[in-house]
Amino acid sequence: MIDRIEIYNKPDFFDVHGEEVKASIKQLGIRTVEAVQAIRVFLLEGNLNPESLHRIARELLADPVSEEYHIGQMAAPPGLAQATLIEVHLKPGVTDPVAASAGMAIADMGIMIESVRTARKYLILGMLNEKQTKMIAERILANDCIEEVIVGADREPPSPHLQPYQLKKNTLPIRQLDEFALQKLSKDYDLFLNLAEMRTIQDYFRRLDRDPSDIELETLAQTWSEHCVHKTFRGIIEFTEAGKPEKTAEPQIINNLLKSTIARATHELNKPWCISVFQDNSGVVEFDEEYGVCFKVETHNHPSAIEPYGGAATGIGGCIRDPMGTGLGAKPIANTDIFCFAPPDMKIEDLPAGVLHPRRVMKGVVSGVRDYGNRMGIPTINGAILFDERYLGNPLVFCGNIGLIPRDKCFGETKEGDFIMVIGGRTGRDGIHGATFSSGEMTHEHETLFSHAVQIGNAITEKKTLDTLLQARDENLYNAVTDCGAGGLSSAVGEMGRQLGAIVDLEKVPLKYSGLNYTEIWISEAQERMVIAVPPDKLERAQKIFADENVEATVIGRFGNAGRLELRYDGEVVGQLEMDFLHDGLPKYTRKAIWQPPHIIEPELPQQADYTTDLKAILSDYNVASKEWIIRQYDHEVQGGSAVKPLVGVSNDGPGDASVLRPRLDRERGIAIGCGICPQYSEIDPYWMALAAIDEAVRNVVAVGGRPDKIAILDNFCWGNCDKPDRLGGLVKAAQGCYDGAMTFAAPFISGKDSLNNEFVTKTGQTTHIPGTLLISAMTIVDDVNRCVTMDAKKAGNLILIVGETKNELGGSQYYKLKKELGANIPKVNLKTAPQVVQAVAEAIRQGLVASCHDCSEGGLAVALAEMAFAGGLGIETRLDNVPASKDVTRADQILFSESTTRFLLEISPDHFAKIARILSHVRFGEIGRVTGDSRLVIRDANNNFVIAAELADLKEAWQAPLRW
Amino acid sequence: MSNIKVLVLRTAGTNCDQETCHAFQLAGAQAETLHVNRLIEQPGLLDHYQILALPGGFSYGDDIAAGKILANQLIHHLRDDVRRFIDSNKLVLGICNGFQVLVKAGILPNLPGQNGSAQATITYNDSGKYEDRWVHLQPATDKCVFIQPGQRLYLPVAHGEGKVCFAHPEILDRLKAEGHIAFRYVDENGNFGDFPINPNGSTDHIAGLCDPTGRVLGLMPHPERFVHKTQHPRWTRTEIQQPDGLTIFTNAVQYFR
Repeated sequence: MIDRIEIYNKPDFFDVHGEEVKASIKQLGIRTVEAVQAIRVFLLEGNLNPESLHRIARELLADPVSEEYHIGQMAAPPGLAQATLIEVHLKPGVTDPVAASAGMAIADMGIMIESVRTARKYLILGMLNEKQTKMIAERILANDCIEEVIVGADREPPSPHLQPYQLKKNTLPIRQLDEFALQKLSKDYDLFLNLAEMRTIQDYFRRLDRDPSDIELETLAQTWSEHCVHKTFRGIIEFTEAGKPEKTAEPQIINNLLKSTIARATHELNKPWCISVFQDNSGVVEFDEEYGVCFKVETHNHPSAIEPYGGAATGIGGCIRDPMGTGLGAKPIANTDIFCFAPPDMKIEDLPAGVLHPRRVMKGVVSGVRDYGNRMGIPTINGAILFDERYLGNPLVFCGNIGLIPRDKCFGETKEGDFIMVIGGRTGRDGIHGATFSSGEMTHEHETLFSHAVQIGNAITEKKTLDTLLQARDENLYNAVTDCGAGGLSSAVGEMGRQLGAIVDLEKVPLKYSGLNYTEIWISEAQERMVIAVPPDKLERAQKIFADENVEATVIGRFGNAGRLELRYDGEVVGQLEMDFLHDGLPKYTRKAIWQPPHIIEPELPQQADYTTDLKAILSDYNVASKEWIIRQYDHEVQGGSAVKPLVGVSNDGPGDASVLRPRLDRERGIAIGCGICPQYSEIDPYWMALAAIDEAVRNVVAVGGRPDKIAILDNFCWGNCDKPDRLGGLVKAAQGCYDGAMTFAAPFISGKDSLNNEFVTKTGQTTHIPGTLLISAMTIVDDVNRCVTMDAKKAGNLILIVGETKNELGGSQYYKLKKELGANIPKVNLKTAPQVVQAVAEAIRQGLVASCHDCSEGGLAVALAEMAFAGGLGIETRLDNVPASKDVTRADQILFSESTTRFLLEISPDHFAKIARILSHVRFGEIGRVTGDSRLVIRDANNNFVIAAELADLKEAWQAPLRW
Repeated sequence: MSNIKVLVLRTAGTNCDQETCHAFQLAGAQAETLHVNRLIEQPGLLDHYQILALPGGFSYGDDIAAGKILANQLIHHLRDDVRRFIDSNKLVLGICNGFQVLVKAGILPNLPGQNGSAQATITYNDSGKYEDRWVHLQPATDKCVFIQPGQRLYLPVAHGEGKVCFAHPEILDRLKAEGHIAFRYVDENGNFGDFPINPNGSTDHIAGLCDPTGRVLGLMPHPERFVHKTQHPRWTRTEIQQPDGLTIFTNAVQYFR
């Protein structure tokens, strides 16, 4: 018996959700809707008497002050012909956290119940035709891949009951297959394995004299996926660079790009403060004598393209589990988020089939990260958002997490005989084939084909898991931990049992619902699960800790089986693989890479007397504009460690360069977190793009007072299809830039991740690909957070200095973008002077001589001055002739808008000038103006004519208006 | 070692427990966290403490409504124990989610003579979204032990459901008349205003409530997030004397001295 309770607002109370839907309908261009009422629906299964039903509705589900309830299905109000009812139900098996909590609360009331389901119902008043109703349902109310829409009130919601699973072992004869059939098998099973890999597997099973089962093939496909082993970075590359006369046609052979560039820098720098790099789920560096800090950044691009909210939420949820699964487990203390979208004002008509509108993607992604991060109680403190049409269909969602870990808990090691215990969430059909899916190209069909690859998160399950995991860690109850990420249990157990082997009884894995076959259980990427290795004598205590806080913890097998992985279901062996083959059997294959410099010429723009309008337009570009709308939706202060917030200045709304946290509340030591990302230069030269990104990340953390000698960086590559030599050529160039950048700033890479194949095939067969995008995240130590500085102008009468050289480097700049040009002269980091500039600025800040510091980035000097001024609410007057510039700089617009790297603006008291000048004596700097008591930004040229003159209020409005949603 | 003991109650989704403990410790108390499951098993544990704090977070994910499920647990498992705790001259503080729990459990505002019917609720911000921003608070009562009358505070809010509403206007009238309005949102000069001065559209600009005893306080802003100079959003440009949030904790501890 299923009872239905519907909850709705009393008339005097504002219906927030209903109004939101109404506003979104209007944005779709439908103007006939007069009102929308949002109704919450609960479906209760069990033999409830009317008294219990009313009690549940009155005391628990409906707010006694603001809401009313109705038992049963409410019809549309009579007499209103134009009322449309739309119900949105979760598809069977999709996680429903509210239902779980409601079930528990009903039990707390002493009422017995079998199950609870929830749904949303909308009553829409106004003329709508069938097409419009469908559009509202699809575009606003529901996402087809996880939800089912019912229009009207006649049809019952889908049944949640699934058939129980009967074991049926599936063997796939591959020993006799020819090339074509091998490739077909790979495709039919969504294995994403290429021919060489399929052949290697075929040979392996020929040697064993048997055929593989489906679970064996799937395990190999997961473990060998690009997502899990990074074949591109670790394979062999034949690299040819065109246009370099000294290099003959002979290609350069690169054996393992990662080892020969990024990891090589770390190895050569050999910093004693690096505790664990490139070997665990995140990189760990020293924080103080008792703690280390770890940092990991992941991407969740493909799921976010299909289901932005769920994709982004599980992106951050998964990334948080990386520090949790590092060493013996870290406590997550901060999140970062960096997104790349197509411009949110694109016309709906311009979207290819199968692509969600960028505005919907952006809103969904922001909400997903917000809801998961905030619920986890982890402050989101740093990020960036970039807009470019090439991210249409391929949005990028980077999520980072930083953890604090005791020095004696930085390493774990599975021991023979340890129980394999899975803790946290249950396993369901969600997220099947995520690892292989994310390694392939997207097509317009992906939205439907791969909807099962989208995972649904429940932050509270993860929070409970974290709370209990750290208690178990502190009591030394397990020897090793890892998270269930891509590849699910397959990857987690495979990794932990790599040396020893393991035996797993798959029927023991707790399931969300029945019906999963053994392979689905093994590769499901259901969220919020961790695997720990528990020695037998600690089992009882561990089980109690988890049970005490309602966290499910189940032994599913044991580690140790002479290096073999054995998978069983109800006692029957369904799969058996040697760990050596699983982890080392992947054939290395050679790829070609070519870098051909593009033919781009530097444009010649007419000179102007006044650039004020251009400055305002650049401030209004989505890339430069204020991101306050997003930043405020993230809790950036939870855990109490916030020392420099993402928004700073007199009105708490200026764009801070980096955030600073004080992770131990009883200490004054902190960490500064920043990032750099410059995809606008990729097309012109990925080598300099990478250096610019590293320079930007370094500038950010130094500008707030971070130590220049303790900077750790992370790389996240998002690239197109690297089977194509030109894409791979760009990747090689960028990786080479990473090596030089890390060496230049003596900043080792401690962790990284790549997401390749970010391409999209439209219905008409056209391939679009993203610009090569490299995110550099940076973290450094702040000795004393009380000495940090922010970027907002502080005091009238103070001097403004620029440190670093301005060059004729407008290529890829915001200024050229405004003028619809690209340009060839992209910023090139001076590898010799850049670290000197950084160290000098850091020293001036360390000595307490700097009132404010801001780096010059997008929009160059002009934007940096404007931001400094309006953030501080104080005018600034400057002259361009004192700006130290290279000889090829001949025009005002070059000085104003060039995006040359390694430049900082400093505000200092005139009393400190002599001291600062001494510190800066060996780098280029100039005194270019002063902070004034008025409310204007005035910039003059050498002849004392103003080239920019504007009221701060106007500049700030230009900067704030575009994303004030 | 201080003899004032604080129990910071936590459950699935609680996430401001550590910094709340830290704030009480700075104020001179001894604070520790306890999972609600342990308290339900052994309600007598409450006797060991003078102050009960319900910290911020998303207890049970704010499923059904913010604070609702934990409130339901208090009602069905701990109602008499919490009542006894308050009646024995002890203190209860609810911050953000903790405030939502206290209101939904009927512990706040708890006007006498209402036959146990719901008097208030806390619902979605008028803006429709979660926001983290700093606000000015004007104390509006002289009967609450946590509050120094006249001392305006500057603290952050971080919530999506912070709008205080009442069952009917007479409740608000009584609350005002009887000194239950703990704090109101104002601007830096002490004047009322719309968003963002009143960040959630709360009725009569109410940011916090206290009960008839003056020993139970609930508020949406987070005092535990301003107990150190560098937590202030403008500490790099203004002189900070005493972090405003600390006074709430100090006043509570002083009450027992």
